[in-house]
Amino acid sequence: MYKLMQNIETAHAQKALVIGGGIAGIQAALDIADAGYQVVLVERTPSIGGHMIQYAEVFPTLDCPQCIMTPKMVEVSQHPNIKLLTYAEVKNVSGKAGHFKIEILQKSRRVDHTKCTGCGACWQKCPGKADSEYNAGVSERTAIYIPFPQAVPAKPVIDTKHCRYIHYQIFMANKTEGKKPPECRICEKICPVNAIDWEQQDTIVTEEVGAIVVATGFDLMPLNQIPGYGIDPDIINGIQFERLLSPGGPTAGVVKRLSDGKIPREVVFISCCGSRDPEHGVAYCSRVCCMYLAKQAMLYKNAVPDGQAYVFYIDTRTTGKGYEEFLQRGIEEGTLYLRGKVSRVYRDRDKLKVIGVDTLSSRKVEISCDMVVLAMAILPSNGNGKLFSLLGIETDIDGFVTESHHKFHPMETAVDGIFVAGVAQGPKDIPDSVAQGSGAAGKVLALFSRARLKPQEPVKV
Amino acid sequence: MELSYYPGCTIKTRARNFEDSAMAVLHELGVNMVELPRWNCCGTVYSLADDDLVHHIASVRNLMHVRKQGHEKVVTLCAFCYNTLHRANDIMRDNAEKRFAINSFMDEEAAYEGQVSVSHLLQVLRDDIGLEKISAKVQKPLDGLKIASYYGCTLLRPKSAAIDNPENPTILQSLVKALGGTPIEFPFATECCGSFQVVDNRDFVNERAYEIINSAVKNGAEAIIVSCPLCEFNLRQAQVKLKQKYTDFKGLPILYFTQIMALSFGLDIKINDFELNSTETQEWLKKEKLVV
Repeated sequence: MYKLMQNIETAHAQKALVIGGGIAGIQAALDIADAGYQVVLVERTPSIGGHMIQYAEVFPTLDCPQCIMTPKMVEVSQHPNIKLLTYAEVKNVSGKAGHFKIEILQKSRRVDHTKCTGCGACWQKCPGKADSEYNAGVSERTAIYIPFPQAVPAKPVIDTKHCRYIHYQIFMANKTEGKKPPECRICEKICPVNAIDWEQQDTIVTEEVGAIVVATGFDLMPLNQIPGYGIDPDIINGIQFERLLSPGGPTAGVVKRLSDGKIPREVVFISCCGSRDPEHGVAYCSRVCCMYLAKQAMLYKNAVPDGQAYVFYIDTRTTGKGYEEFLQRGIEEGTLYLRGKVSRVYRDRDKLKVIGVDTLSSRKVEISCDMVVLAMAILPSNGNGKLFSLLGIETDIDGFVTESHHKFHPMETAVDGIFVAGVAQGPKDIPDSVAQGSGAAGKVLALFSRARLKPQEPVKV
Repeated sequence: MELSYYPGCTIKTRARNFEDSAMAVLHELGVNMVELPRWNCCGTVYSLADDDLVHHIASVRNLMHVRKQGHEKVVTLCAFCYNTLHRANDIMRDNAEKRFAINSFMDEEAAYEGQVSVSHLLQVLRDDIGLEKISAKVQKPLDGLKIASYYGCTLLRPKSAAIDNPENPTILQSLVKALGGTPIEFPFATECCGSFQVVDNRDFVNERAYEIINSAVKNGAEAIIVSCPLCEFNLRQAQVKLKQKYTDFKGLPILYFTQIMALSFGLDIKINDFELNSTETQEWLKKEKLVV
């Protein structure tokens, strides 16, 4: 039977689908496109950029992602071989390696992007408000919005959950009792090119591709999953703190408390919130937290020179080039590292009390501080279980995509022609995500370089 | 409703104010508490030593009596008894090896396999009676009274024995609300009071009480309710010494949650045995016109 299968050779579509527009997906798409093949890049949110574009600076070199990443994002949008579909989701997959048939749902933006010039008049005047996803809820955005100034594409979508006119339409259609919401339609009135299209419908885009790269990334474990946390505005997660540190962030890089806008004089960073804690979270190490906390403590110290940063840690894991040196630099610059776990954090008037233990001196530690930053565990991106089952690829107990061999086939999945890159496969930092993105692209190109396709040999474990 | 009731030693001596008020309140709610015949000490503290099985025998014998009595569930008032009985019961239900050893040792009794469930009165109030029914019985709502709910440890730890969310319990606050009072949140609600350390390290317990009571005061509490006789003892006794040591220490009245229930139900004031609470608590009750 196996011999029979080996003899089947078929022609195939020399076009790739990349799912996810974060740094791993961008890298894979660019590498495949640069080699001369067509790529369809599908991104669920209104812009590519993923999590990396949210960061203030990246370790250990402290470059600014807005500087180093935006050229790549623009390249994606202008590359002749890349078809970029943002605000879109893969809804159906059939076929097999060489002949995947893909149905992609292009969500209605209520904005005609062929007319829109991205002038910004609409989102400057829109009265609808919602939490900004890009700023991790630290600030608000409007209902018609681009997620951030460097968004690609830099043209808006209307968030129907928060749009006043949509609410008005629903109200009128249902003839609900109560106060009539305003009809609004300010964006429509203000748009100089009549790009607002209330009638725009969701559409299905079909594609036939030869190979797929899954680069769906991650979400942080919600704060409220840690018992007792997630209830205080001054207890925030790592991405929220990135936004406070970012010069392009809601506070223009001034670190402020969310409760009262005061500059925090003492900040406690807590590692392994949910990670390495099967009782409350997940058993695995999230891999990047030690490094980003070292970086955040350092950037905080730069922003507030008379401030004090404390880091509670179990052990510091700095397994990358230049990483340990970076962490040591943080210690030299004044970050105080306390080896031990925190048992509780509670509010004490305008301060937060952190109760923990320093296991090196065997003493109970109480720190009265102004802000607490939790390094929440990295989880596979929300809602992707369905996508993975559509693709027929396996996931591990934590929901990360299982590679076909831990050592020798780190980009391949158990399904021929479907590859994985970035945090979708497991927690990793930016260099590793980029490397795996390029690696997955290499695998796709190897597949395309064959004129006819043979089924992959089973992996010998 | 008829329930098997395990009192325990302290309830019958120092904490009669807990028992008397609880029985009166439960009578009012139509619950018949049948005291477990031939009950003995619960074992006081659950032994953490893995091979210290003899320690669990007192608990197990009580649980056997519950079966003999013809009940499937036993209810305690004392949080400490609840914890000890509950955890001994978990062993008998879940650990075949230890169950065999204990049953073999107690061969004069019929073998026990953890069939009984151990509940604390608060669970009965929340799950079996329901706070709405309790609310309906309120004659004199505790209008505007700011009450901090202190849980201590034994109702919540370990997680397997917790009657509520072990980190953010709400059961007592909901009860205060149902009685018309204002529940006060404070960060030390689940902190340990120092427990039996009071026997040989009273200063340590006093300092714990200082932090707990001060934290409740800071958050605006006018009184603290408790569910454990040892917490009540520690928080009450410590205040005498603390007032001498810290001149700015004000202290707070300490009451059992069943006492504030009896007050709000408008029951005969005598069943609260307030003479067993501190004189400060009694004065406060008069000041607030809860006791005329």
